[in-house]
Amino acid sequence: MTDLAIDLLWLVILLPLAGALFLHFVGQRLPEPMAGLLASAAIGLSFLVGLVGAFPFFQGDGEATTILLWSWMPAIGANLELLWDPLSALMTLIVTGVGFLIHVFAIGYMHGDERFGRFFVNLNLFAASMLTLVLAGNYAMLFLGWELVGLCSYLLIGFWFTRDSAAGAAKKAFVVNRIGDFGMMVALMLVFAAFGTLSYAGIFDRAGEVLTTGVATAIGLLFLLAAAGKSAQIPLYVWLPDAMEGPTPVSALIHAATMVTAGVYLVARSAAIFELSPTAQVTVATIGAATALWAASIAIAQYDIKKVLAYSTISQLGYMFMAVGATAYVAGIFHLMTHAFFKALLFLGAGSVIHAMSDEQDMRKMGGLLSKMPVTGVTMGIATLAIAGVPPLAGFWSKDEILGSLFARGGWYGVLWVVGLLTAAMTAFYMTRQWVMVFWGEPRWSEDAHPHESPGMMTLPLIALAALTVVGGFVNTPFRFTLEHFLEPVFEGVSMQHPPEGWGMFALMAGISVFAGLVGLAAAGLAYRRPMEDWAEFEQGLQPVWGWWEQAYRVDDFYNVTVVQPGKKAAEAAAFSVDLPVIDGAVNGVGRLARGIGERVRVLQTGQVRNYAALLFAGAIALVVWLAVTGA
Amino acid sequence: MLTALVLMPVVAALVVLAVPRKRHEIHLPLGVVLSLAPLGLAAYLFWQFEPVAGMQFVVDVPWYEPWGIGWRLGMDGISMPMVVLTALLVPIALGASTAITKRTREFVVLTLLLEAGMLGAFVATDLFLFFVFFEAMLIPMYFIIGVWGSDRRIYAAFKFFVYTFFGSALMLASIIAMAVIHSSQTGAASFALSDLANLDLTMGAERLLFAAFAIAFAVKVPIFPLHTWLPDAHTEAPTAGSVLLAGVLLKLGTYGLMRFNLTLFPQASVDAVWIMGALAVIGVIYGAVVAIVQPDLKRLVAYSSVSHLGFIVLGIFALTSASLQGAVIQNVNHGLTTGALFLLVGMIYDRRHTKAIAELGGLQKSGPMLAGFFLFMTFASIGLPGLNGFVGEFLVVIGSFPTLPSLAVLAAIGVILAAVYLLWAYQRVFHGIPEGENATFPDLTPREIALLAPLVALVLLIGLYPNILLDRIAPSTEAVLDQVQAVTDYEVPYPGRLVDVFIPGEG
Repeated sequence: MTDLAIDLLWLVILLPLAGALFLHFVGQRLPEPMAGLLASAAIGLSFLVGLVGAFPFFQGDGEATTILLWSWMPAIGANLELLWDPLSALMTLIVTGVGFLIHVFAIGYMHGDERFGRFFVNLNLFAASMLTLVLAGNYAMLFLGWELVGLCSYLLIGFWFTRDSAAGAAKKAFVVNRIGDFGMMVALMLVFAAFGTLSYAGIFDRAGEVLTTGVATAIGLLFLLAAAGKSAQIPLYVWLPDAMEGPTPVSALIHAATMVTAGVYLVARSAAIFELSPTAQVTVATIGAATALWAASIAIAQYDIKKVLAYSTISQLGYMFMAVGATAYVAGIFHLMTHAFFKALLFLGAGSVIHAMSDEQDMRKMGGLLSKMPVTGVTMGIATLAIAGVPPLAGFWSKDEILGSLFARGGWYGVLWVVGLLTAAMTAFYMTRQWVMVFWGEPRWSEDAHPHESPGMMTLPLIALAALTVVGGFVNTPFRFTLEHFLEPVFEGVSMQHPPEGWGMFALMAGISVFAGLVGLAAAGLAYRRPMEDWAEFEQGLQPVWGWWEQAYRVDDFYNVTVVQPGKKAAEAAAFSVDLPVIDGAVNGVGRLARGIGERVRVLQTGQVRNYAALLFAGAIALVVWLAVTGA
Repeated sequence: MLTALVLMPVVAALVVLAVPRKRHEIHLPLGVVLSLAPLGLAAYLFWQFEPVAGMQFVVDVPWYEPWGIGWRLGMDGISMPMVVLTALLVPIALGASTAITKRTREFVVLTLLLEAGMLGAFVATDLFLFFVFFEAMLIPMYFIIGVWGSDRRIYAAFKFFVYTFFGSALMLASIIAMAVIHSSQTGAASFALSDLANLDLTMGAERLLFAAFAIAFAVKVPIFPLHTWLPDAHTEAPTAGSVLLAGVLLKLGTYGLMRFNLTLFPQASVDAVWIMGALAVIGVIYGAVVAIVQPDLKRLVAYSSVSHLGFIVLGIFALTSASLQGAVIQNVNHGLTTGALFLLVGMIYDRRHTKAIAELGGLQKSGPMLAGFFLFMTFASIGLPGLNGFVGEFLVVIGSFPTLPSLAVLAAIGVILAAVYLLWAYQRVFHGIPEGENATFPDLTPREIALLAPLVALVLLIGLYPNILLDRIAPSTEAVLDQVQAVTDYEVPYPGRLVDVFIPGEG
């Protein structure tokens, strides 16, 4: 059964792909829920295949397998091949598992959209692409998945393309990601030049003997650039807040749970290369820490329910970068997993709220929704506590492992640990602020809003994710390192950072981080349970800092002034001041000159073209004669 | 067999010519049907093609023996993909020409003659014969632009003609010079490629001849700064003209560089690696930057060609296995995707009678199928992995890095810019709410879908299974590399050698 599943592993990708193709060509005519049900079934089956295939790894006796599909670009050692190891298996289960729940949610959420079928085509295509990324057995195929998820992201952010803001956001996301892709391409040039192949099998085992520190650093930093694009880290994070223009299930699936974690996966997968460069490691961790803090501060002052979550995602991804930068790979992947649970839950919950409030996203116009939509409220509350790091919820365990690892590594990483703690407090603050603003206090919605609990199709996924958020952390606790053992074979050859040992240290570390979380939680709870006038006053009291946060430090304006506008001016200058007058002009000038000469020597002939011909032919003969004499 | 391939379009042209001018409704469909014959033969040749080095289906008939001119034809892994591409694009281009209502017969006849010229140029292994075909293409294309083009067609056609003719004159001189040199060295003149490849040239002569050939082909490609004829020619040409110009004619430049410059002048090629590579990369970036702000959709696609062809030239002169394979397959890829983009722009023009980006908008709402095809080809052109453009460009940049590292890195910037200019254009043309005539924009007809579908299928096929071509290309590109290495001191770098040199780092 298991062997069969591994033989049939390509089904993991093929099922959602087939779903997308079928829906594209046939399914558009199906009545509404059918398309969604088919798409959900495709990804659900994909999950089951993955689950059976991963069984040996759960038992601890599985071996990494490479499955060749067919050759692709043999000249650079890039085939379409799947690598099935605990890391790719875990990623597969996260993508298909969380993906399935989000598909189901979307059946309810997208109800009534005129392009309902099209939505599920894109969603299934995304799943297939993401699975290609995580199952790839070489960097070229990883890049294939990497770009295809970018395509799906583009299509889904711009799903409501008649809105200018959505169209712009889609383009921005793809272009900013392309800057990261530039890093990826140059990194792969270096990898190929160094190893003569892009296949994992030919790279990781030999990295130590082939790469010098300098080259390893260069590759590592270029991978970081790529990852900063896909995983929305400084300085390329600016596309993710705009990406919230997409339908909310898209935000949950692509821009929270799966695609944006690809950068983390890339670094973890390339552990053998990062192993050789402490510089690359510390840069990854520092970028992660800076992003975590930066984005958390912006999240504090947002009023759009999805923008809070967008900046929160950027911040949490920063956490994961801190972890993998510090070589705490298991901690990073662990947080990737728990974050997928609770952040997907938060986004879907936000979707449920938006749905209930007839597309209202401003939290100032919400409040007191708990009694109207108890399931959404309670499940989101659980997720809020989880992200705030309250034990024993999932977020607590993974976040604590990251912070502990940073502390244990010490030195500069100790500074990052402090940043991480500060971020933890801020995270607890803004998440509590959000929950209280939406579900507690006085209702602030207008008379014609009729908030109501969402249908079962939407609340069931919320409940499932809430359950995962409660229990998901227990896969890796200081009491039982299950995930650690599970992933061990993947990181066998590399040194890995762990939290400090001993119960005393664990208690101390946990105590400090829980304290930080509780401070944030309490502060926000106290401030925002009061009427709006009071907390509005509190926020105004924080000016001008509050304004910077609220406007996200105006980074978009900064990029617009420093990159976009100058770039456009340069392009216009090149096109209209150089290409037409100078280059075209020069050639035309030569032409006129030739015509001038032609007219002087015109004796017998009259046609212009014939003049040219004569002139050129004469030149040709002269050249021939000269050559025949000198050259031969 | 190759003789039949070259003559088929000529016969087809004669058949069309035999149909009275009055029966104008027949000419175009007849042309399409007849042009399927060379396509069938090309497909058969593809099927029969062995994945080995060297010329296949060779024809060698003396033509004018005193001068050593022969009817010499052959096909290897470098020309075979181009032959198939040419045979494929002609029926599609004709099928897309329903908007041509004046002098349909002449249009079809000229297009078929053009096809004969293109096919002949790709399979000629005699330099004189090559030159004849090369020039023979010029004339039908001149008329296609000049007669059936839009407002500034005369200017564009003349510019096209003068530029290309200038290059041709240089090439003709060089070809004659080589024959003369051959005659002085062996006692007999010859224009056969295989003979001329073994000439014993002085360094000065080799460089001069290289330059003459390079300029002739650089105009065709076009390589910066000789590109300014291209936007005008494309913008003014009718759809079929643009498709064949971008799809095939430009490729004669890159094909020529690979076939003639590398083979005939290996030492000069090795010496010119930097200058050719640099010009190529300037083209990649410059073409893309200029494309960003073009107000005319067709001009935008034209400048994108300048950018994309730069990758091919870089791949040729980077001289590694991967880069050369990438260059050959990118020749095909660009023909498919840019050909398709010109088709689509033509379909928009047929409906809206404008190509100005500012006058279009929201077309995805009114024409979702056209938008879907356009977006697909846009992403193929951007180089999305899984589609064909990626295979070529990725092989080129990855393969160029070991020999021309800084240029390969700069070329990768073109990958960012392609997303900028194409997606921005897509956003302005297709996104938003359609107004006015854009709102009543009719979607694709079955005929149009039938024209686009084969291109879509090939874009996917090459993107996912490029080995269908690479297997057949690789032996020939390896042979070129072997030959260059045999007569020069150039060596293809092994992996790992170069990287340590320019990135310092302790062991």
